[in-house]
Amino acid sequence: MALHDARTRGDNGKNDDGVGRKAAPLRMKHANVVDVLVIGGGNAALCAALMAREAGASVLLLEASPRAWRGGNSQHTRNLRCMHDAPQDVLIEAYSEEEYWQDLLKVTGGITNEELARLTIRASSNCRDWMRSHGVHFQPPLSGALHVARTNAFFMGGGKALVNAYFRSAEKLGVQVRYETPVTSVELDGDRFVAAHTASGERIAAKSCVLAAGGFESNIEWLRQAWGQNERGEWPADNFLIRGTRFNMGVLLKHMIDAGADTIGDPTQAHMVAIDARAPLFDGGICTRIDCVSLGVVVNREGVRFYDEGEDFWPKRYAIWGRLVAQQPGQVGYSIIDQKAVGRFMPPVFPGTMANTLEELARKLGLPETAFIKTVHDYNAACRPGNFDHTALDNCATAGLTPAKTHWARPIDHAPFYGYPLKPGVTFTYLGLKVDAQAAVHFGGRASPNLFVAGEMMAGNVLGKGYTAGVGMSIGTAFGRIAGTQAAAAARRSEHAAA
Amino acid sequence: MQQLEALRREAVALAAGTQSVIPILSANEAEVSRQMQICNACRYCEGFCAVFPAMTRRLEFGKADVHYLASLCHNCGACLHACQYAPPHEFAVNVPQAMAKVRLDTYTDYAWPPALGALYKRNGLTLALATAFALVLFLLLALLARGTLLPGPLQGNFYAVFGHNLLGLMFGAVFALAVLALGIGVTRFWRGVSSATEAQDAPTPDLRRAASAEAVSDVLSLKYLGGGHGQGCNNADDAFTLWRRRFHHFTFYGFGLCFAATSVATLYHYLLGRHAPYALSSPPVLLGTMGGIGLLIGPIGLLWLNLRRDPAHGDTAQRPMDRGFITLLLLVSLSGLALLLWRDSGAMAVLLALHLGVVMALFLTLPYGKFAHGIFRSAALLKYAIEKRQPNTLAVAGD
Repeated sequence: MALHDARTRGDNGKNDDGVGRKAAPLRMKHANVVDVLVIGGGNAALCAALMAREAGASVLLLEASPRAWRGGNSQHTRNLRCMHDAPQDVLIEAYSEEEYWQDLLKVTGGITNEELARLTIRASSNCRDWMRSHGVHFQPPLSGALHVARTNAFFMGGGKALVNAYFRSAEKLGVQVRYETPVTSVELDGDRFVAAHTASGERIAAKSCVLAAGGFESNIEWLRQAWGQNERGEWPADNFLIRGTRFNMGVLLKHMIDAGADTIGDPTQAHMVAIDARAPLFDGGICTRIDCVSLGVVVNREGVRFYDEGEDFWPKRYAIWGRLVAQQPGQVGYSIIDQKAVGRFMPPVFPGTMANTLEELARKLGLPETAFIKTVHDYNAACRPGNFDHTALDNCATAGLTPAKTHWARPIDHAPFYGYPLKPGVTFTYLGLKVDAQAAVHFGGRASPNLFVAGEMMAGNVLGKGYTAGVGMSIGTAFGRIAGTQAAAAARRSEHAAA
Repeated sequence: MQQLEALRREAVALAAGTQSVIPILSANEAEVSRQMQICNACRYCEGFCAVFPAMTRRLEFGKADVHYLASLCHNCGACLHACQYAPPHEFAVNVPQAMAKVRLDTYTDYAWPPALGALYKRNGLTLALATAFALVLFLLLALLARGTLLPGPLQGNFYAVFGHNLLGLMFGAVFALAVLALGIGVTRFWRGVSSATEAQDAPTPDLRRAASAEAVSDVLSLKYLGGGHGQGCNNADDAFTLWRRRFHHFTFYGFGLCFAATSVATLYHYLLGRHAPYALSSPPVLLGTMGGIGLLIGPIGLLWLNLRRDPAHGDTAQRPMDRGFITLLLLVSLSGLALLLWRDSGAMAVLLALHLGVVMALFLTLPYGKFAHGIFRSAALLKYAIEKRQPNTLAVAGD
């Protein structure tokens, strides 16, 4: 009903020329200027477009990618971290605002904004009915992800199913969608948005605009500069893989920074995890993860261990391993397990290199044999007997070994042996535009009246560092919806001003 | 490359001692195996159907697993549209398509007698020839019996054209052969997929009962055309529709009612000594009429959906088989209803010959065409219902 009312209001209230707005072609004449322009095609962009349309605005959404690749990084996501005070359909028990906030505080090391974080958290508790109304389905956690059964609601079919549902709903409601339309710059009048300029040179004016075009993780050259050169003379970013979309080039982000928009987040940092080195350069997504690190040892290309593989449960540690591997020579590591570990971790997408002896494994992986054998033998000798339990922080630890392995340390002695090569996989970048609770872009501390930003382009306001599962989608959903609502209101204001 | 990869994986499994005898995978099987390896590392689609939960009980996908999973797949299309690895991604994951290709191989490989398995490969031609043959046969028989195809009104007495015993013998024999062929085929399939990776204890009678009840319910309700969320499967695009399930229900239950009509009529004939023609209000005619209408609506709807189906769904090379079967069902209902309508007219004999001809063609091709999917899929659903009640031998930790 609310939807219907909104549409009626939009159609009756604004079409003073009597021409069907939804069907009207876009012209640059002022009378036909679209109300809200949404730049981006992921979760945040779609939330903004849907909310703006529901508020009665005419909406045009520009997606940089072809249709087949639409959705940005959202197509690779799978769940939403949700606050809830009691069990809710697919969510068990409770996850209070305070606990959620404490979790955010912990993972960000305090690099967050409490007001915006709490706003995100509260929004996560009541956005799912709205999501459902646009066709998103939720399901209980996937096998292998039971540890987030309490905190995260999973999208049935994953993020691409969510993106598909949102696009279907948007088109049904009359949101115009254009693919393969990357925006290179926006035209500003002071701090006011005027028009967007596309890569093909087209100028698209609108009464207000939502920027939701993602971070810059697909821009290898930018990553290269951000990471710089290390003491070995390497450019580490040359060996990074991008877990998500190939379309987050950060062109618009860079343009906005150059145009004087206030920024937030460490410009040199990106969230990265250790993934299979054989993954494709882009869009490897979830399946390229390697989950056997804590069950064996990890060596660098010199055949030497460099960190405690059993420090904590893997879901709490996978994020630091991207950085650890990035610090190794050649930005590569090798996760080594033996037969005992098979079937105890999520099956990897690429089969491991198998060998019946450690020597053979070293040869097959191209590791220095002597150093590798010594590493494994030293480790095996240091393993103290204990009761192995992969579901608990068990008492299987090494003694007198540096670095130690503090849990799940069992000798690697049961052939066949397997090795998985690891590389850093970049998930997203932290650099973004500074916002307030209205998702407005700021210039010199002053909020723009009609330019808003959502999703990864501003996630750094809440998540200045670190990550916890599903929080990116919480931020994108919360701020996408705010930005859409605010943009529709700004378009209405500009109409009143013109009248 | 894919085959090489599959071979390599099998060698790994062999060395690890997890598989005793490993048949070499065909290209289609190796492709399913490759895709399942990717899916098993992703698992986003677990909520859609039974294929993915069944997949998570495995680490390797040998021949038996591949055939089992392929028949478990209902080709609903949900996982393709939701897939972050679908083409144009270089992983080129299209599970419904890979599964469909293997299914055809499954039907072919497990067909009995084996030589007739080849009929699946050129199924459009098979159906056309069978139909032509059966039509000519009955038209000739009618001609032989009455000396003309238009003998004038016979008061709806079919047996004035073809003797009851002749029909009983012909259809009884063909039906028995179809049941035998499908029975042997599905038995061979069951044995084949039961050599799957996990050696498991024999299910208890209680487990068997519960599993059978669930499998029957899954078959009769077409649970897995529901999309996991109850809004249906995909057809033309990423939107969900319940119409495929509904039209399939019309078809399935329409077929069932027609079959029931024939069975009741047979009982009338032999047990009660009541001979056709039966009154319009009699159980055989009522059942047949309802079934015929279902079998009219269902196949028309399925054909309409099939023509609008996303070409990325399933194996387009099998569309002739799908459409041929749908058309044959449609011809059965059309000719049957026409026969009912004009059974008292002079056209009865020729209508009867046509109807019996297409019914005969349908029965002749039952074990060598699209109909087989129902049998193999039911078996796969039963296996799934059993397997899910058994302890999982894997204990993969969280990610």
